[in-house]
Amino acid sequence: MQDVLAAFGRAILLILPIFGPVPVIIWWERRLLSWMQDRIGPNRTGNITFSRNSRMIPSFLKGKKIKLFGLLQSIADGIKLFLKEDIMPSKTDKLLFIVAPFIALFVSFTLGATVPFSGDLRFTPVADVNIGLLYVLAISSLGAYGLVLAGYSSNNKYSLIGGLRASAQLISYELAMGVSLASIVMMSGSLKLTDIVNQQQNTPLYNLNFAPFTLIANWNILSPMGFVSGIVFFICMLAETNRPPFDLPEAENELVAGYHTEYSTKRWALFMMAEYMAMFVFSMIWFTIFMGGYHLLPVRSEFLDGIEQKVGFLLGPLSMMLKGAFGLSVYIWVRATFPRLRYDQLMNLGWKFLLPLSVGNLMITASWIFANRVYGNAVGWGVVCIGYAILGIVWLRTRRKKQDEKQFGSRSIDMVVSSVRISSPEIAAVADATEGL
Amino acid sequence: MPVKLTLEMVIFAALAGAAAFAAVGVVAFRNATRSALCLVFNFFVLGFLYFSLQVEMLGITQVVVYTGAIMVLFIFVIMLLNLGSSHLLAEKFDGKKPVGIFFGIALAVLLSSQIVPMFARTESKPLVYPLGDSKVVGQTLFTSYVFPFEAVSFLLLVGIVGSILLAKRRMS
Repeated sequence: MQDVLAAFGRAILLILPIFGPVPVIIWWERRLLSWMQDRIGPNRTGNITFSRNSRMIPSFLKGKKIKLFGLLQSIADGIKLFLKEDIMPSKTDKLLFIVAPFIALFVSFTLGATVPFSGDLRFTPVADVNIGLLYVLAISSLGAYGLVLAGYSSNNKYSLIGGLRASAQLISYELAMGVSLASIVMMSGSLKLTDIVNQQQNTPLYNLNFAPFTLIANWNILSPMGFVSGIVFFICMLAETNRPPFDLPEAENELVAGYHTEYSTKRWALFMMAEYMAMFVFSMIWFTIFMGGYHLLPVRSEFLDGIEQKVGFLLGPLSMMLKGAFGLSVYIWVRATFPRLRYDQLMNLGWKFLLPLSVGNLMITASWIFANRVYGNAVGWGVVCIGYAILGIVWLRTRRKKQDEKQFGSRSIDMVVSSVRISSPEIAAVADATEGL
Repeated sequence: MPVKLTLEMVIFAALAGAAAFAAVGVVAFRNATRSALCLVFNFFVLGFLYFSLQVEMLGITQVVVYTGAIMVLFIFVIMLLNLGSSHLLAEKFDGKKPVGIFFGIALAVLLSSQIVPMFARTESKPLVYPLGDSKVVGQTLFTSYVFPFEAVSFLLLVGIVGSILLAKRRMS
């Protein structure tokens, strides 16, 4: 019975740190995005300015301002969403319409169940199972259902297209994601996330046991194979959470809002919460697999180990939250930087670039491990260099050249009528003189 | 013989009941999407049944492959073909139905009269070797069963090539 209660406690301990920050995450996204786009963003909600001459205000507060930088904006939005009239379109599939946001929420809540937040295994992860990494893949693949069912049950053409796109996108990017993780599994020799974290921190860099390498921890991102699969995993992670530039399921300029067009109030809020929580958890997963999990720095020293042993239960969650916040900021940065992909670009990127790249990376990892064990370190790294050279040559030989690509009609149309185009006076003079010729 | 009610049994009963209900739902619903969703739920719960037997590897493979990948494709196709309209799938009354139900129940009674007493007596034993560990599964797959494994992968490759050949447009 005690075990069951402990498991419940761990489940609640998992949900709190990912559910609690959601309002702050939304505020942070809006502020950071507006800073990047040279706007101001929500900075007013929650500010209080006390009157200068009212008698109701105590004298020490007169004319004072309390600034909250708009932090209450998300709370205000939440209150608005939960008090609005709940509109359910009449010709929907009622059951699925109601269930779909809950599936999305379920996925975000359960996604992080195998992620360790600290070295202390009493509190996290919820279940330290042998197949922790596969669990992440399994649960994230369930995320498709929330979007697909929302799109289907809305009885709206745009929603249906959004749902179809969501399922196609998630299936395509799951493959590259799984294969990129496979090379990490081969390097660390375990599917357990706690083992992967320990292996990263407790081995010297590249497993070399001499001076400069023993001081640095063997974080997966620091090795070339880990770096490549980290990049691939990050791109797939963006696609799995339907974030820009992969937000085709909710492309607002072609599909209104895609799968959640018909959703409003609480149900819409559930979708949004699910999305932000999935972003946060996924960035924590990325840092767990590639950048040392709950360890803050890739440094191996007895001094730091001593500190970690004393306050590890505080330092671990703190560094996980910091890393999660950093990952979120990168999410937002990517959103501000890249335009949305076209559908064919999305499929080409997933199937023709990421999947071959991650398969090639897997082969290189395998041959590195083999050569390292049989012939020693130098040969191993030689094999890696040769492998990446071959990969690069294959990519250069097989990629399609820009001018070979067929241009779509609408893209080659001159959008500005040439006579209206403003030209510099010199050119205009030449143009005027040569017009009659 | 009185059955001892343990926590394991309660969990098993809940999961098995949910799986059975979902399996009935697959054939009972007239809406193709809902049937497919029942199948999804069935597969998902089956995965948890494997977890409760401590073969996590098998359970998670069930969830990844069937629930996550294959059923998404199923639903994708159902939505693409728009099979949602229920009148297409409505059946007319058929004389074979009551006879089939009668024989089905008779068969179930016959089988369960043989199987249930056997199961009532058995007690759960710990696994001989930890099948939940991915290392064990991998080792058996790549040593004792390497030929079937490679044969299956070759078969799948042939299937993929064939489907590409069928789907590819003829280039002029």
